[in-house]
Amino acid sequence: MKPAILEARNLAISFGGLKAVADVSLTVAAGSLTALIGPNGAGKSTLFAMISGFLAPDAGTVHFDGRLLSGLPPYAICRLGLARTFQIVQPFAAQTVRENIAVGSHLHEPRRRQALALADAVAERLGLAGELDKPAGSLTTAGRKRLELARALATRPRLLLLDEVLAGLNPQEVAGMIPVIRGICDEGVTVLMIEHVMQAVMNLAEDIWVLANGCLIAHGGPQQVTRDGAVIEAYLGKGMAARLAALDEPDAPGAPGKSDGAAHD
Amino acid sequence: MRELALIVAVLAAFLCAPWLTDSGVVLNFLIMVLFATLLGQAWNILGGYGGQFSFGHAAFFGTGAYAMAVLQTVFAVNPWLALPLAILCGVLVALVIGVLSFRYGLRGSYFALVTLAFAEVLRILANTFDFTGAGVGLQLPLREAAGNMQFADKTGYLYLVLSFVAFGLMLSWWLRHSRYGAWLSAVRDNEASALALGIDALRVKLAAIMLSAALMAAAGAFYLQYFHYIDPHIAYGPAISIEALVGAIVGGLGSVFGPLLGALVLHLLGEATRNLMGDLPGISLVVYGVVLVLIVMFIPRGLSGLFGRRA
Amino acid sequence: MLSILFPSLLNGVATGAIYALIALGLTLIYGVLHIVNFAHGAALMVALYGVYFLFTAWHVDPYLALPIMIVAMFCFGYGLQRFVIGRASHGKDEYILLVTLGIAIILENLALALFRSDTHSIDTAYTLATVDVFGALIALPKLIAFFGALAVSSALLLLIGRTQLGRAIRAVAREKQGARVVGIDVEHIYAMSFGIGMACLGAAACFLLPAYYVNPLVGNGFVLIAFTIVVLGGMGSFAGALIGGLIVGVVESLGGLWLGESLGQIGIFVIFIAVLLFRPQGLFGQKGA
Repeated sequence: MKPAILEARNLAISFGGLKAVADVSLTVAAGSLTALIGPNGAGKSTLFAMISGFLAPDAGTVHFDGRLLSGLPPYAICRLGLARTFQIVQPFAAQTVRENIAVGSHLHEPRRRQALALADAVAERLGLAGELDKPAGSLTTAGRKRLELARALATRPRLLLLDEVLAGLNPQEVAGMIPVIRGICDEGVTVLMIEHVMQAVMNLAEDIWVLANGCLIAHGGPQQVTRDGAVIEAYLGKGMAARLAALDEPDAPGAPGKSDGAAHD
Repeated sequence: MRELALIVAVLAAFLCAPWLTDSGVVLNFLIMVLFATLLGQAWNILGGYGGQFSFGHAAFFGTGAYAMAVLQTVFAVNPWLALPLAILCGVLVALVIGVLSFRYGLRGSYFALVTLAFAEVLRILANTFDFTGAGVGLQLPLREAAGNMQFADKTGYLYLVLSFVAFGLMLSWWLRHSRYGAWLSAVRDNEASALALGIDALRVKLAAIMLSAALMAAAGAFYLQYFHYIDPHIAYGPAISIEALVGAIVGGLGSVFGPLLGALVLHLLGEATRNLMGDLPGISLVVYGVVLVLIVMFIPRGLSGLFGRRA
Repeated sequence: MLSILFPSLLNGVATGAIYALIALGLTLIYGVLHIVNFAHGAALMVALYGVYFLFTAWHVDPYLALPIMIVAMFCFGYGLQRFVIGRASHGKDEYILLVTLGIAIILENLALALFRSDTHSIDTAYTLATVDVFGALIALPKLIAFFGALAVSSALLLLIGRTQLGRAIRAVAREKQGARVVGIDVEHIYAMSFGIGMACLGAAACFLLPAYYVNPLVGNGFVLIAFTIVVLGGMGSFAGALIGGLIVGVVESLGGLWLGESLGQIGIFVIFIAVLLFRPQGLFGQKGA
């Protein structure tokens, strides 16, 4: 087992008495591509916000590379090498794609010319080379998702939190993104991704955590998780696990390798 | 590089002006345009590049002017030495206002209103205390000598304000071509994203308000040297805040030459109106108001937006 | 001590009622349109000049001018929102604020150019009359202003709370898109709300002028006071504006008593800054900025 680069212990937060995340502990192995899945409203983005310093948890701790992150503001966490993207993309709309990415590369590169050159290189890797001079606001959804990823990557993170970078893309665009994410991981960046597109999760992730109603309900490899009764019930409703088992269908929802694998709620 | 060449050309043109004309009226007009440019440049740093709209920039202007006056009249400090100290005072006021407002997350309309309130508080204080001359204001004793920053003819004042404007132009250019400038624009366009990309948004905004205040305080110091007089209403009243804001917005937010363009257009319009309608009090401000409303309604990117992208 | 304190308090409450009326207009506009109307003070100045000229040119008593001013200011506000402010927003708060600032600059300086900076007040039979309230003498116009402001405020609350128009206004304030879906003309309601907000100023001017004065810059003083009240009471809250108005009136009056005329105003700004920084949702609002 590889050492953990991220370790969350007993994280909990509530909003106005409503428990959004309750006592969640998870680890992400260094160099792995880990996924965090769960139905809408499960608390996945809230968990990301606590890890990246945008929300202060009511209880619990986060360790990144053995270092306690509690109380650090988001920018300090990013400087330590933990970058994130937002589910709802947040480009600097009036600025060009190149300028957007350069904001990220400036983290470790004070000189303007060099930062812009680094931005070009990152854009090349993510297939944005043709859009460098366009204002970010003019990009398509797929383009904005790539830009969001490119900016975060330009900060040279060791751990990248991706919040639904595939949501809103058509199957063709999803297929185009999968090797990009795989490539990022292959270059040594650990990835923790929230994802709804099951096809991608099954394709990419070696390790999956499942969150429902603010609690972790399952953990394991893709095969293991899709057979988990609690997971099936969380996605499809009470009693579905038993009915599916009775049917003994080999084509269980979310099984890998099918053309349409997106899980809908 | 074309921008840098243009900066040099513009500065050279102003530098040559005294050889082309010795008309006091023309030189005075140029001085007032440059003075308004300086105000616009100051506002543009925080409002244009930083996206934080202040309605109370007079707080820094007035502090610069009063510090300059008090240092000279009460402590007999030479004005050339008083100038950096006056700028420092303006920057300190900005630090206090900035820490309070940004720390508590004020933005948009709330930030605009709170800056206005701070300027009003300073106006009331200046109106109350004796060392600021209370309601009467402070008069600078007339001693014309370059060593005393009081010039016998307008050329000296022209060059003084031109040097401030030159600094403002370089600063503005630097903001468009530096890491700090990129950070500032990032915070303006999306603070959450900026934080996620490792930018300490609070510090970036504080630096912006302090840089902005430095130029504003320099303008205040210049005003005092040029007119030899300051009172609470001139120093901290709304007129200066408005001139700074309107010039920057009319010229184009976040552009290098916008404030100069805005100041020139507004002052030409002001002159034209005065010639047309006689010297009615407030008439040039009516023009400012009309231009502001029209620009925001029809070309929110400002005049420089008409000449290509953020020129 | 008490002999100075009580009249001062009473004066503060009376002034506070006028402030509350001015702030009601501002908070209505904020609550419905979600815009900060910086031209509020300048519009009050325009209304004060209206009352002044009605009195000097046609000898219309300020209190009889009430219906004229309410209608005139309503039309002014309706047109302003419909044809200027509403068209300039580009969906950004700051732009609206700039446009209202521009309008304030235009109105103030136009008044300066037309009427010069002279301060005017009107001289009526009751200008100097005083009334004895529990041993404290208070100017009659101030007393009338107090009850008048309360009456107009109550009428406004009834209008918003009990009428068809009020229901539409509340619907737009709560959920703009939803209101549009059920067939409410949102642009019209915006302009109506802005007009009603301005009408409050028309009424306030009628009560204010007999005890006060007018000059082109008179609105400046009221802008920050009105904002202080609105922020103190919670942006968009009517009850908050009423209570906030009274608090600010009293603070100003007592501040003047202890700190002197000049420094006395500082209390209001300090409250304003403190509330914005530490409690932007106001004393009575639940959630805000």
